[in-house]
Amino acid sequence: MNMGRSVEIWVGLFVAAGFAAFLGLAMQVSNIPLFQTLDGYDVQLRFNNIGGLRERAPVTMSGGRVGRVKSIELDARSFDAVVTVTIDRNYNEIPEDSSASIYTSGLLGEQYIAIDPGGLDFFLEEGDEITLTQSALVLERLIGRFLTSMGDGNDDD
Amino acid sequence: MTDFLARIGRSTLGSLSRLGRASLFLWHALAGLPSLVLRPGLVLAQIYSIGVLSLIIIVVSGTFVGAVLALQGYNTLVNFGAQDSLGVLVALSLLRELGPVVTALLFAGRAGSALTAEIGLMKTTEQLSSMEMMAVDPMRRVIAPRLLAGFISMPLLAAIFSFLGIMGAYFVGVGALGLDDGPFWGQMQASVDFRDDVMNGVIKSLVFGFVASWIAVYEGYDAEPTSEGVSRATTRTVVHTSLAVLGLDFVLTALMFG
Repeated sequence: MNMGRSVEIWVGLFVAAGFAAFLGLAMQVSNIPLFQTLDGYDVQLRFNNIGGLRERAPVTMSGGRVGRVKSIELDARSFDAVVTVTIDRNYNEIPEDSSASIYTSGLLGEQYIAIDPGGLDFFLEEGDEITLTQSALVLERLIGRFLTSMGDGNDDD
Repeated sequence: MTDFLARIGRSTLGSLSRLGRASLFLWHALAGLPSLVLRPGLVLAQIYSIGVLSLIIIVVSGTFVGAVLALQGYNTLVNFGAQDSLGVLVALSLLRELGPVVTALLFAGRAGSALTAEIGLMKTTEQLSSMEMMAVDPMRRVIAPRLLAGFISMPLLAAIFSFLGIMGAYFVGVGALGLDDGPFWGQMQASVDFRDDVMNGVIKSLVFGFVASWIAVYEGYDAEPTSEGVSRATTRTVVHTSLAVLGLDFVLTALMFG
């Protein structure tokens, strides 16, 4: 009986440790999206070019995170990229004339959307659209422009 | 020439009939599973000998695999100034690949071989046939609990392996190499997805647990009832399980992340 009891205790410990490790992986390593469906409202942003923006990329204001990118679609008529972002319910006083830009964190880091607040007294609501946007900086394009302008400069000399 | 062809034919037929016997065996063993509800003690004892006794090797190797990954990853990433991504590198490689695969390989060596030897010796010493004489079905009494225990133990062992690996990487990266622990966890949490990475790893370890314990109990049950036969069966368990795990891992990875 004593033997059987210690076996039971060990198996209990083993199973508990296994589930604790699994829970640790879920909470500490992956911060589960199941409990993380952002409670907030959806706003659409139109960009000419979103560069390498991906779903679940952060949306920030003054560097603080206020939401996440929910989906990215292409408007078939105007060829704009329509980015739907979910903004946290707590930040419901963002002026309607705010502008949005796509930046890169670090030199080669992930891309994110930064919102610069405007000055109107009307606030963004579910389904609103921000049209005042600045596209992502595509490095190759920038270099190309720089090279052509350098070429032009040489011609002038 | 005909001898050669005959040999090929014989070995093909032999492996086909082995596969058939293994499938029938699995079918009978699965049919024995429901009766285990009445005798959970049998499964408990097997989880002890398969899972609990494998803990030490899993704990030690998990921690050290994570620590080595952190050291190696740091040395490469620091060249690109990307050492903050060390957490992502370690977590993804452990969760997706190393956790399930290395656990399964260690499981084959630690628990699978023991299962085969035990069952093979039961067969050699005619314990299985004496059970049948007493109207005790060895499938229900011996095989089914071991199969179920392996199936339960493997995902738990793999979760422990991955978690301790990440902790080992944390101690090496943040403790010894002086990384900041903010980006270590922050970037990890930002790029590790619960369903895509953690759950797919769990699915992998469930599949490996099933295959590894199936092969182990089958090889034991099918062993030639001689001491040489048992030794050959034990070797086959380790070899076949390793091959099956590595092959299946490729297939599963292609299905999940391809």
